[in-house]
Amino acid sequence: MKTRCLAMILAGGQGSRLGVLTAKVAKPAVPFGGKYRIIDFPLSNCAHSGIERVGVLTQYRPFELNNYLGNGNAWDLDGREGGVFILPPYARAKGADWYSGTADAIYQNLNFVEMSDPDYVLILSGDHIYSMDYSKMLDAHIGKGAEATIGVIRVPMEEASRFGILDAEPDGRITRFTEKPAQPTSDLASMGIYIFTKDFLRDYLVEDAKREESSHDFGKDIIPKMLADGAKLYSYSFDGYWKDVGTIESLWQANMDFLADEPPIDFGGHWRIHSANPSLPPHYIGPEAEVSHALLNEGAVVLGTVAHSVISSGVRIGKGAKVTDSVVMPFAVIEDGAVVDHAILGPHTKVEPGARVKGTPDSIAVTGENEVVKAAG
Amino acid sequence: MKRVMSLVDLQREETYIKELTEDRPIASLPFAGRYRLVDFALSSMVTSGVRNVGVLLPENKSRSILDHLRSGKDWDLARHHKGLFYLPPVRPENGEKASDLRNIYYNLNFVENSNEEFVLLARATSVYNIDFNKVLKFHLDRGADVTVVTSKAWHSDPCSGLIVQPEKNGRIRDAAIKPELKEGEYRSLGIFLMSKELFCNVVRYAFEHGGTDFRRDAILKQATGLKFYTYIHEGFSARVCSTPAFYLSNLKMLEQEVWQELFMQENAPIITKVKDMAPTEYKEGAQVKNSLIANGCEIHGIVENSVIFRNVRVMPGAAIRNSVVMEDCVVEADAEIEQVITDKEVTITRGKRLRGAMNFPVMIGKHITI
Repeated sequence: MKTRCLAMILAGGQGSRLGVLTAKVAKPAVPFGGKYRIIDFPLSNCAHSGIERVGVLTQYRPFELNNYLGNGNAWDLDGREGGVFILPPYARAKGADWYSGTADAIYQNLNFVEMSDPDYVLILSGDHIYSMDYSKMLDAHIGKGAEATIGVIRVPMEEASRFGILDAEPDGRITRFTEKPAQPTSDLASMGIYIFTKDFLRDYLVEDAKREESSHDFGKDIIPKMLADGAKLYSYSFDGYWKDVGTIESLWQANMDFLADEPPIDFGGHWRIHSANPSLPPHYIGPEAEVSHALLNEGAVVLGTVAHSVISSGVRIGKGAKVTDSVVMPFAVIEDGAVVDHAILGPHTKVEPGARVKGTPDSIAVTGENEVVKAAG
Repeated sequence: MKRVMSLVDLQREETYIKELTEDRPIASLPFAGRYRLVDFALSSMVTSGVRNVGVLLPENKSRSILDHLRSGKDWDLARHHKGLFYLPPVRPENGEKASDLRNIYYNLNFVENSNEEFVLLARATSVYNIDFNKVLKFHLDRGADVTVVTSKAWHSDPCSGLIVQPEKNGRIRDAAIKPELKEGEYRSLGIFLMSKELFCNVVRYAFEHGGTDFRRDAILKQATGLKFYTYIHEGFSARVCSTPAFYLSNLKMLEQEVWQELFMQENAPIITKVKDMAPTEYKEGAQVKNSLIANGCEIHGIVENSVIFRNVRVMPGAAIRNSVVMEDCVVEADAEIEQVITDKEVTITRGKRLRGAMNFPVMIGKHITI
């Protein structure tokens, strides 16, 4: 079996900065944009980019994610030889280990990589919202004769110290890479998207696995080592919308971005974002409801007021209830007269009649899955 | 339900709903924002546990239905064993006329070769969410030979239909095909349950004695001496075989209890082809009241008491009232429509006004720009 480009999505992170939202699910399974889950974005990108074999590396709370991915049919990733492969840590003759870092996760699955027999390996993470044609990045990788290509995006200089920052020559050749530098020397940030020529990657992973002092991380260990060896590393610039949704505030903000007059990504356009969804009817807007500046998905019922908010599948908003500047995740119920403002309500949250969930732009209120919010007094 | 196989009959007279069925059978009429009529029969079968489904294709116009059902995957009917079977009509010869009975007759092999004991035949022209396990239990409890599923009509209808007069226990005292239906009558939902053996016998006898109509020739004419019962469905149902019925039934979806009962039953969803449309965007100026809105729409204007299908654009200052607007339509700025049905891909250009009446909505055909 021959694969041109194999994608490996790192979906094992706990996403602890998302607090109660990831208490029960892995970060890539967190709902987004009223209809999607975060992992829909890299998976849809793969499907549209012609990548037909995708390994999903899971570790933390994998059941909901595994259940969601199923056989990959929702993303047309269920071909005879292709498809989605869920790759949890597994036991070998000499014992079993958790994935100790991003590079270790791939290293532990080198068997799967070799079995797929790809020329190139595309490494992705499961925590970004973006639409990107990976085939163009692969063309650039091949065109430049690169051994590794890193997807980069320009970020504001004052935020640069949160990212892996790299310096590149005008032709894209990378000269320096620093993970979260205190004094950034450029505004080119790594998107955590890498294409490696397979044999080259394998050699580095095998070598890195032997080094006890290594943290087995692409950004901290593998990339710096490749640079130190003078390997051919190139950057590939992406200038579309790309958002890390690793924190409550950034998840909220990214959802709000899609309420703009011109949403940053056309979810339903030619690069349609695929997702696995329950069969639900069109949403219903009641006789006294008021809805503006909002995204609403199937199965929702709105009898109250919704302004500047994202309302997911099967959500119920009762009479006189008010939802503003908020993200309401699937099947949450906001009963009559309740108020939700600057909040993210986790799936199946119940806000009882007259109860309030109020945050501020700087401190978004959050409820966890199945949480019940009672009225004060 | 392992004992039951089913046939979905897509053949249906279209006299009273011509405008909407020019290039599609009634079975693929869009309904309730994102469905096609065939979804209701098929979903009820699948969620009831039926795993062997034959689809009797119409004489022509089957493209839309094939595109919709494809392999049956969305209904979990793409299977190695059993699943979805297309039963195409055999071309009429020697001046024979195409008919539903003929279609069934020439596909009897499929029924005979299946190993289930019972046949459930459903026409794909009605809207309902029925647990067929209950129908089977009723059939067995009563020791019925034939059970027809009926329900009480909630509106009169110019379209002909099978009316039954049931006794208390469901035994049918009289059944007749009436040229038009009145409110309150028990009308057939086009669903028949009987043993495989009886089914094959009545179909064969009827067709070989010159019959053409399944209801009339295979059921009514042979009902004498048979234990003929009706299971009365108490939940919502609609029979969509006339344009007024199509309009009223769509608007009926705006009633919360109906919406809830039909679509939100645990473990019994109405399943349709997945299109991965984005959530609908409500923009500045959107004023939506008492309406059903499908995904993929962009709303800048007014929508009241209406059913809006997928990917419809309602531009600033536009107003839609008491209307059914199908997929891919655009109502441009300051245009207004009231009591209107627009088929797919209709554009109402800037400032135009159209108004029908509740008992006579204006009907705009596919691809038309006004």
